[in-house]
Amino acid sequence: MTIQFNDETFRDDYSFRNSDWAIKRFPFPFHEDSYMYAVNMEQHRGGPEGSVYEKRFDVDEHYVSEMRDRAMVLADDPLRCQSLPHMTLAGWDLLELIMVSKSEDYPDLFELHRDGDTWRWVNKPLGIDDTFTFLDDTTLPYGPMEYITRQTQGDFCVLDQRDNNLWMDAGMVTTQADWSLDFDIGMNFFEWHAPVPLAHEKGIFKRALKFLLNIQQGAPARRLNWTMTVNPLLDTSPENYHKWGIQKTTLTPENIGAKQHLRVELQTFFRLPRSNALVFPIRCYLCSFQDLMTMPKWGRRLHRVVRDLPDELATYKGFIDNRPMMLDYLSQFDDGLPTSPGVWPDLETEPPLAK
Amino acid sequence: MSKFEFPPSIKSRPVYGTLEARPGKAHLMIADADGAEAILGIATPDLMAKTHIIYIPRGAAFADDLRALNPAQFYEGPSYAASVSRIRRVLQDAHMGLQVYLTGTEGLMGQAQNEAMMAGIPHTAIQTEHRGSVARRMQCVHCKGITEDVETDPFQCSHCGLNLFVRDHYSRRLAAYQGVCIDAEDPGNVPAPKGIYE
Ligand code: HEM
Repeated sequence: MTIQFNDETFRDDYSFRNSDWAIKRFPFPFHEDSYMYAVNMEQHRGGPEGSVYEKRFDVDEHYVSEMRDRAMVLADDPLRCQSLPHMTLAGWDLLELIMVSKSEDYPDLFELHRDGDTWRWVNKPLGIDDTFTFLDDTTLPYGPMEYITRQTQGDFCVLDQRDNNLWMDAGMVTTQADWSLDFDIGMNFFEWHAPVPLAHEKGIFKRALKFLLNIQQGAPARRLNWTMTVNPLLDTSPENYHKWGIQKTTLTPENIGAKQHLRVELQTFFRLPRSNALVFPIRCYLCSFQDLMTMPKWGRRLHRVVRDLPDELATYKGFIDNRPMMLDYLSQFDDGLPTSPGVWPDLETEPPLAK
Repeated sequence: MSKFEFPPSIKSRPVYGTLEARPGKAHLMIADADGAEAILGIATPDLMAKTHIIYIPRGAAFADDLRALNPAQFYEGPSYAASVSRIRRVLQDAHMGLQVYLTGTEGLMGQAQNEAMMAGIPHTAIQTEHRGSVARRMQCVHCKGITEDVETDPFQCSHCGLNLFVRDHYSRRLAAYQGVCIDAEDPGNVPAPKGIYE
């Protein structure tokens, strides 16, 4: 299908909206009625047609507006995109991966024409038609990682692999769930995960790292992570927390359905061919509570998950103060009926709300 | 002086050891304030004959004691900032097998460790021992300004003036802990500062 790109904002007047199509394909992250950290990783080899898992790099109706928001964040704070000197080759690897994937997966939107080292890249939604020399930094307006991630939804961490660890040595991070690339750059897997509660003790990071170190080229993996955001604000950075934190206090029982968003990250992992680096795209999807409630199964389940989530996780994710108001709202959509297993809405088979 | 036992913390937070004299042809010891006592504790005439000491007293009265050890080279600097170009120069000359000893405040050790790593000294050749003040070097995540010697939580950023809480999340690259606005969700509600480990 051809995508109608929205003209919308993720700040100030927050005109961001999800179409019915976007709601239906929203990556609801809970496969059962409770949630706890786990090494929830699977192969990233496509998924049901139309789902966010189908393509290597999902492009949706928010693409053009998200890229505009990214450009604004970078204009305010260029430190959101950084690459240590030894990571330039990995940047070219990433550029190649994205250009090849997008031109193959969305031929009507993106074209890549390669003639030896002379490459022509056409990005129709953003109106870009550039010719450059592959692996020659001077032929692009930005470094290769910055160039391509200014044109790709989601944040990107590029990890150098050495000493049996991963090192966050480059990244483009403007839609993050409250962590700072500028602070974390140069850290290893255990260090940048240090603030996460409970998971270290459960051995989750040790097992996850082992899995990641063994990811092979051509065999990408994926997982989901989630948090909560008031207003469809992409840039929930610590850098700007003194500006956006106050928005968390603007929830009321009247506006919570529209203002409170479930924020889901589709995280994927690709091995890069020349540098042997690992790239970690973190694609953020937002959906308001009221839109989620249009799927009876998701309404029932979200209430149960939020209600039973350990306090440590609700605190870490930053919504412990708003949890009672969330539960007042969500409980209206939980009639106590059982839910089917798995993340899909199962609209045809799940009973409507009996309440 | 007794040593402070840091409480267990998260994985980005550095842990420090206890200096021990190691075999080696050359030794570089960098210390501030009470760190001098750790050097005095391991000094032997033999070791000192091969040791370059860089010491920043910061008001402590150990410079003469260190000088009396008769190290091969001794430098007393008025501040870390004033000494850092000399530290870089010395590390540049480092030969294989140089042993590096860092002792004193976390800010001193963190910054000097960065210099040593950038000079290519393997981390296995760098020892640390915390002595003296438990104050932290803090980076304001909002304005990026660094405030040295922060003793209380919360504290006021010396650059942008925001009231920040003191996190345990630590960046080796910045040699600093992270400070984050404490009253973002309730402007003006800033608790009275107390000692970081109180
Ligand atoms: C190599 C790729 C990865 C990168 C770059 C990455 C990065 C991050 C970062 C920056 C944070 C925020 C930490 C903070 O509070 O400052 C985080 C959180 C987290 N990460 Fe990762 N991560 C990666 C892979 C994984 C994997 C494979 C797992 C699998 C278990 C995982 C599990 C988690 C969990 C559970 C959290 C807490 C999230 C929450 O509760 O919202 N991460 N990660």
